[in-house]
Amino acid sequence: MENDAEKSDFLSAILKRIVIIVPYAWLTLFFLVPFLIVFKISFSTPETAIPPYLPTFTWAEGLTGWIEGLSAFTFGNYLWIAEDPLYRNAYIQSVWISFTATLITLLVGYPLAYGMARAPQSIRPILVMLVILPFWTSFLIRVYAWIGILKPEGLLNQFLMATGITNEPLIIIGTNTAIYIGIVYSYLPFMVLPIYATLEKMDGSLIEAARDLGCTAIGAFWKVTMPLSIPGIVAGFMLVFIPAVGEFVIPDLLGGSKTLMIGKTLWTEFFANRDWPVSSAVAVVLLLILVVPIAWFQNYQARSIEKGR
Amino acid sequence: MLNWTRFNIVSVVFGFSFLYLPIVLLIVYSFNESKLVTVWAGFSTKWYVELFQNKALMDAAWVTLRVGLVSATLATILGTLAALALNRYTRFRGRVLFSGMVYAPLVMPEVITGLSLLLLFVAIGFDRGFWTVTLAHITFTMCFVSVVVQSRLVTFDRSLEEAAMDLGATPTKAFFAVTLPIISPAVIAGWMLAFTLSLDDLVLSSFASGPGATTLPMKIYSQVRLGVTPEINAACTILIAIVALGVIIASVITKQQETQRIKDEQMALRNDI
Repeated sequence: MENDAEKSDFLSAILKRIVIIVPYAWLTLFFLVPFLIVFKISFSTPETAIPPYLPTFTWAEGLTGWIEGLSAFTFGNYLWIAEDPLYRNAYIQSVWISFTATLITLLVGYPLAYGMARAPQSIRPILVMLVILPFWTSFLIRVYAWIGILKPEGLLNQFLMATGITNEPLIIIGTNTAIYIGIVYSYLPFMVLPIYATLEKMDGSLIEAARDLGCTAIGAFWKVTMPLSIPGIVAGFMLVFIPAVGEFVIPDLLGGSKTLMIGKTLWTEFFANRDWPVSSAVAVVLLLILVVPIAWFQNYQARSIEKGR
Repeated sequence: MLNWTRFNIVSVVFGFSFLYLPIVLLIVYSFNESKLVTVWAGFSTKWYVELFQNKALMDAAWVTLRVGLVSATLATILGTLAALALNRYTRFRGRVLFSGMVYAPLVMPEVITGLSLLLLFVAIGFDRGFWTVTLAHITFTMCFVSVVVQSRLVTFDRSLEEAAMDLGATPTKAFFAVTLPIISPAVIAGWMLAFTLSLDDLVLSSFASGPGATTLPMKIYSQVRLGVTPEINAACTILIAIVALGVIIASVITKQQETQRIKDEQMALRNDI
């Protein structure tokens, strides 16, 4: 009997190892190591070769080759990014556009989440399902759908001109407005769900108490509902803002040539200019900008899942 | 109980029309007779016929499907393991780094993940193609699976597993006989999520792909850049239909299992008394 118990302990110890090591090793190899490579290449010099950068550090070069290779490391790519207003503007614009778009998403998403949380209990699961469903359909398709609506001869302009609201087509596609619409539309579920989750849990009697004590409906909202939903707002804000900064598809398909967001800049630098070291440096700087919100979000996510136990 | 005010109803209706109108319009216009996408000229299914005769698109769809099936399955296994590791073992060396790596891909801009994976494949001299796209998809979708499964694991009553082990089941057997069936709705939902994310992905695929492994989103993207065509509308409508069908089937399965579980639990309680 004792032998069995020992065996079972031994088994669980092995099991624990496997459960941890397999995903750990996978993520280290395919998530962490690639970052270190990006980091390394961001200090390399571009070269017309395969791969298009120096130094390469192959085994064949041996230790002396490696030490020589180190001298090829340079901060040049970072200086290049810092000096060229193109990149600086792209970073500033990305952060600014994402921030504004996230605020608009909040303004659109909050009333929706609020309305859902107040809906009769029986239809709430259906409403939640309806918010999640668009998320399951392709991101690319959802952005693409807006091209047909927003372009000069598109459905929106047809509608506006047929009803006589405008006489000539509005130019929306290719402007920042189109990017805002794209971000708000694509990321709305990420804003609505966390806010809904906090509002739904809220104790309705708190509002009733505030009302009984003489608060107006609007006063009760600002003094009770709103402060209690702040965790949801913050989570929603991060979930929209962080990915939007590095967004590529939306600025590329809906935005114009004048709007340079950093995701698009990185893409062009890599695919069109084939400058791997500079695109790596662009990626590293983008990551540095996002590291604070990402770290904060991770902490938040881990805490909220663990709180659930 | 708080009322559902007119303001609430209006904002819900407005919000949902905003979410659904573009998709509905896209579907409607895929049945448009006219080549001009935005001018309605009568009902027609000719773009669907043309779509199925477009060999390049069909090939891309086949690649996408294979990548999706393989990557979603592996991502589900890895993601479930990661969820178990984070949920069960609160203390092990490097746990902070591990949980960081599980959550970071959820918000990491795809251009960064894509670029870094590509540079890895180049550095180790891995030929780019079907497998590199699949590897890239596994890495980012497993994190979504892990979050979905974790949210189920936190409500899981571990005494059930302990009871099984007290009755002589090995840890492995207890996992497969007790834990897995109970968390299976979340595992299935995780698989579905991984599969649809993989079907959908453009950025990672573009970085990780090589000759002969063009996925459907990549194909759609390169055509969309040239302009909106009814054929692409038709392709999108089919994708939406597949996903909607999948989600409905999954939700029915989950619902059935949930009712069954509640019934089982009630039975068990009744036997206790």
